[in-house]
Amino acid sequence: MGKTNSMAGAGERLVNGLVKENPTFVLMLGMCPTLAVTTSAVNGFGMGATTLVVLALSNLIISLLRNVIPKKVRIPAFIVIIASFVTVVQLLLEAYLPFLNDALGVYIPLIVVNCIILGRAESYAYSNGPVPSLFDGIGMGLGFTVALTCIGAVRELLGAGEIFGARVMPQAFTPIGIFVLAPGAFFVLAALCALQNLVKIRGARAGKDTSKIGSGCSEDCMNCGEKGCGRRKFYDDSDDLVVEDLSDPADS
Amino acid sequence: MDRKLRVSSNPHIRSKVTTNGIMMAVALALLPAAGFGIYNFGIRALLHILITVASTVLTEFLFGLYKKKLTVTDLSAVVTGLLLALNLPVGAPLWIGALGGVFAILVVKMLFGGLGQNFMNPALAARCFLLISFPALMTNFTCDAYTGATPLAALKAGEAVNVTNMIIGRTAGTIGETSMIALVVGACLLILLGVIDLRIPGSYIVSFALFVLLFGGRGMDFQFLSAHLAGGGLMLGAFFMATDYVTRPITVRGQYVFGVFLGIMTGIFRIFGPGAEGVSYAIILGNLLVPLIEKVTMPRAFGKGGAGHGRK
Repeated sequence: MGKTNSMAGAGERLVNGLVKENPTFVLMLGMCPTLAVTTSAVNGFGMGATTLVVLALSNLIISLLRNVIPKKVRIPAFIVIIASFVTVVQLLLEAYLPFLNDALGVYIPLIVVNCIILGRAESYAYSNGPVPSLFDGIGMGLGFTVALTCIGAVRELLGAGEIFGARVMPQAFTPIGIFVLAPGAFFVLAALCALQNLVKIRGARAGKDTSKIGSGCSEDCMNCGEKGCGRRKFYDDSDDLVVEDLSDPADS
Repeated sequence: MDRKLRVSSNPHIRSKVTTNGIMMAVALALLPAAGFGIYNFGIRALLHILITVASTVLTEFLFGLYKKKLTVTDLSAVVTGLLLALNLPVGAPLWIGALGGVFAILVVKMLFGGLGQNFMNPALAARCFLLISFPALMTNFTCDAYTGATPLAALKAGEAVNVTNMIIGRTAGTIGETSMIALVVGACLLILLGVIDLRIPGSYIVSFALFVLLFGGRGMDFQFLSAHLAGGGLMLGAFFMATDYVTRPITVRGQYVFGVFLGIMTGIFRIFGPGAEGVSYAIILGNLLVPLIEKVTMPRAFGKGGAGHGRK
């Protein structure tokens, strides 16, 4: 793989994590921290950034060690690597950003079992080189950070009339308290998901980029359980990759 | 019931009962309570009702325009708006009903597929949304006519209440819940028209009364019991909201189970809970259990199931 090729791959990984396979809005992974800590934009951003650091570093290390880790014990090995980074990050947060550490509380140690991190280790880093894996981690982490900051900002705006702690709503606005409570997290997550689906479907209808519709595709149709997918990908007799789109674009 | 035989593909027998007619009947049945609310609390209650109904109807209309399927003419939005307004305290700011109306129709009803698809009573979900969002505004029952606590809050604090006033409705409370007489008149109208039956309200009220007698801590104190029956949103909830066609079980046995569940939950909320009232939360919790209740109580078709059939 040439250098330009790997750089293009790195860029593709970033876009993939941010938009196409956004862990929160598309893959619906890591819902526990997503719903629990996004009571304000700062908390959402802090959680996202913390996860980003752990995700990028653990992806890098797991990718470097992928030929050393035996397949049968890979999950415990991943957990050990991830837990080490989480410990480091938690100690750093306690030392330098104690207010954030207090706000995020138990959700910092729980990053160890965050399914985005374990999922990327299992599905990407364990079978790809270190540079794409690092960028995959950064892309996914950025996607998570952007999503959590968005959710946090909306909840803070409606639930407290502020964004990043600064009052933006007029004084006459009465904060709608439910948005900083648990039900508000579900409302905002659902609304933002619907919004991004709407944008993607509109874009696809306008003929812009249909590949975004099939997001979350593992490109492994043999092992894919997605029955609603209209695309079939296989190698024909001469080993050329064939992608068939069975879905009728006029129908959707 | 008037029936017509139609020669077409099935169903062949259709009744003349329409959604429109049912909603009209419910709205009419709510008018005594609404009227008493306006008489009791003044012109501001009327404003609340108008704003809330306008908000629900407008939301349904705009969503219908967006989906190119106008459903506003089935009048269900009017009933939702009326129910929500009757659940507001008169002293709340006027925009609160407008916000609740948008939430009830847009989030609880239309986003789940419109009338018939909502898993929760829209008016009650909106009331709980407002109650959680603005606890101070939604429980401030002080107004020109009354300054004290609601009868249930007074009861909870161990004070004496005037049961006669509670039955007539001359107490503090939300706009439509205070008058037991007006609500029962409306409920009788619905029962006579065949819109609702007594299964859910009956099992609800009876099981609640038994719960209060058993666990109320006052023994056979009928003054206490009648205050609990006449106070708060029990009558409004039992006759008008628990009986909502969409969010109640369709099976007959399921309706009794549903009513008893609501009675017990309301009793737990009122007697052991931190707040004085619990009808809204009891009903929306019951709404969530409806699919489960229906699954368990679905009657067995003749010749199907039973021993040795399908239970391997």
